[in-house]
Amino acid sequence: MLENLSQRLQGILSGLRGKGRLTEEDIDQAMREIRRALLEADVNFKVVKGFVENTKERCMSAEVLESLTPAQNVIKIVLDELTELLGRSDSKLVLGSRVPNVIMLVGLQGSGKTTAAAKLAYRLKEENHTPLLVACDVYRPAAIEQLQTLGDEIGVRVYRGDGKDPVAIAREGVQDAIDNLRDVVIVDTAGRLHVDEDMMDEAANIKRAVKPDQILMVVDAMTGQDVVNAASAFAERVDFDGVIMSKMDGDARGGGALSIKQVTGKPIKFISSGEKPDSLEAFHPDRMAKRILGMGDVVSLIESAAKIQEEEIEAEQAERMLSAQLTLDDFVDMNKQIRKMGGVTKLVSALPGGDKALGSGQVNEDIFDRMVVIINSMTKKERQRPDILNGSRRVRIAKGAGVEVTDVNQLIKKFNETKKMLKQFMPEQDFAPAKKGKKGKKNKRRRSMPALNGMSVADMKKMQDMIKNMEM
Amino acid sequence: MGFFNRISEGLSRSREKFSEQINVLLDRGPDLDEDFWDGLEEALILSDVGALAASDIVEKLRDSAKRKALPDAYSVLDMLYDHIADTFTPADEDVFDLEEAVVLFVGVNGSGKTTTVGKIAFDATQKGRRVLLGSADTFRAAAIEQLEIWAKRAEVEIVTRQRGSDPASVCFETIERAEASGADMVLIDTAGRLHTSEDLMRELEKVVNVVRKRSKADVKTVLVIDATTGQNGLQQARQFNQALDLDGLIVTKLDGTAKGGIALAISHELGLPLYRIGVGEGIEDLRHFDPHEFAQALVGDFAAKPTSPSTSPSNS
Repeated sequence: MLENLSQRLQGILSGLRGKGRLTEEDIDQAMREIRRALLEADVNFKVVKGFVENTKERCMSAEVLESLTPAQNVIKIVLDELTELLGRSDSKLVLGSRVPNVIMLVGLQGSGKTTAAAKLAYRLKEENHTPLLVACDVYRPAAIEQLQTLGDEIGVRVYRGDGKDPVAIAREGVQDAIDNLRDVVIVDTAGRLHVDEDMMDEAANIKRAVKPDQILMVVDAMTGQDVVNAASAFAERVDFDGVIMSKMDGDARGGGALSIKQVTGKPIKFISSGEKPDSLEAFHPDRMAKRILGMGDVVSLIESAAKIQEEEIEAEQAERMLSAQLTLDDFVDMNKQIRKMGGVTKLVSALPGGDKALGSGQVNEDIFDRMVVIINSMTKKERQRPDILNGSRRVRIAKGAGVEVTDVNQLIKKFNETKKMLKQFMPEQDFAPAKKGKKGKKNKRRRSMPALNGMSVADMKKMQDMIKNMEM
Repeated sequence: MGFFNRISEGLSRSREKFSEQINVLLDRGPDLDEDFWDGLEEALILSDVGALAASDIVEKLRDSAKRKALPDAYSVLDMLYDHIADTFTPADEDVFDLEEAVVLFVGVNGSGKTTTVGKIAFDATQKGRRVLLGSADTFRAAAIEQLEIWAKRAEVEIVTRQRGSDPASVCFETIERAEASGADMVLIDTAGRLHTSEDLMRELEKVVNVVRKRSKADVKTVLVIDATTGQNGLQQARQFNQALDLDGLIVTKLDGTAKGGIALAISHELGLPLYRIGVGEGIEDLRHFDPHEFAQALVGDFAAKPTSPSTSPSNS
């Protein structure tokens, strides 16, 4: 996601980093490159212009150029402007007190409205709402069947009406929700071109008929320069409240996402990636900005870790990990959890500098599979107490797993390294298994780890938070 | 020319937009200075042609302008038509005119594959071809039903299997049926997939390989691309081309304000011709592609006549 853009920007900024002093020319050069990178990422031309002008002006100030760490300051300014561009604060989906709440989805053809409608319904259902899907796309062949199928799959009722008049279907849908005690109505509308007067009128009519609490525009992450034309027209005609960016699982540089907020003032609320119903995530502009600049998205990582931890890890095991008394069984479990979080690749890419490591091919997902195979060839006792693994045991394990003894040795080495790393991570080695005690300040010492070079203090803090989360 | 008027319906808006862009440049006067060239490049970038193609075109123009000692901006813009048209890769053959062919339609989700298959089926049937459709999108909810409706509209036969079944087996069956029934044009709709999904790309590779092995007729793969797509379209095309060795492109949704400039970049970089363009949701909203007309429609006809900028809807 947004990889190419972040690569480009990181490259440009790391070029600055190497310099002790920055001249106006350096800044000029960097800004030209940033401009080009943003344009290639499909950020709207006018937005790019404004962005570069603002950033440049701020960077050219005497305080920045004459400071001791000018490059750091420039990066901070770029991050700041980028966050500004994406929206300052998170924009959550706020449901009103009205029952049923009505959410209407609009967008161009093929942007992913129907899929997004189902995902939204699934998300609301997870949050203990009882959504109803209303199928107002009466034009595209089989669009109603598509919504029905998706609704059936996630166990959400779908109102289809007569399949002819979208305005009537929407209105009846709301009534259907009242009759069937549904508290949120999601109205899926037909894809329409923003220049199609009749269709835009229809969207406005549906809006008038059901008075939605929220109107969300679904925008394809791969859209180019034209996205602002479409978004502006939709903003004018139906005045939507926020954006769902779809197809974020591709490698689009997502410049549209960066542009819409700036051009229409409408925030991005969700990003949707993949075809599974649970792949709708809340959008966090600050985290996205950091990620684009290669500062990692540790917070999101922690959150997904915490979510899985809650489900999976038993308190006892967590404690063992905290006290760094890792067993090989835990090692296997960790591998499983990493997979749940989207695999090593996703994990590493969320870490500062991770994108670079991935790009240079330093991360190999298969390695973990091989490790599991070796561990599975061990006895229970060996897994619990790896220190008893002597030469002959290792030979036996290697035979069982169909690998060389050196592979087994390597695994043990890696395991010990992980154990050591965990120890370093822990705020205190003799961590009390009790659940209380403030620890924020304790971890003053910073040891750099091979994979985590260049972590800032702030990121380190977040790591601590992650550990805090694991404790629970 | 009748054809140009029809294509203009969809493209006129793009043209106006582009014309506006260039006219702003022209207001600065016809000096061929740095600002002009920079501005021209920007205008091209705004049309989604991509930085590479844009600078390539501007570079070429700049070169010619110097060599031919062109007097002003207007004469340079005149040449822009030709340069854009030249940047497209010409088609050696029209896959939809082959005597016998199996054509697979591939692309990312929501690009308009199913709709395009429907339109082509209709067009070919009108021309007296015997068309058979194969619904190999066994993944997306209601994709089969969607193609069935198009088959009914175009009055052609269709081969389907249950949702979730193996797309390669659908193709196999489709070809068998085509051979049995004597259909001379087989159109296969595949499931939309992001080019970044390795598994799905491998699946598609397998599907195409099965078809290539089984079919006696020529097998062609066509990438369907949404005109609103930005620079990512190039990456999409590269990946699909690498996996499937594409034969050509179809650009859809040109009836909006999107200029479809990415098609130029794709055609240019990958050497792929454009076979058709989609300009609406109706069954007849499919046009032949002509690079010159596309270029004219994209740039507009204002440049040659500075006295009446962007007034006439067509210069033919």
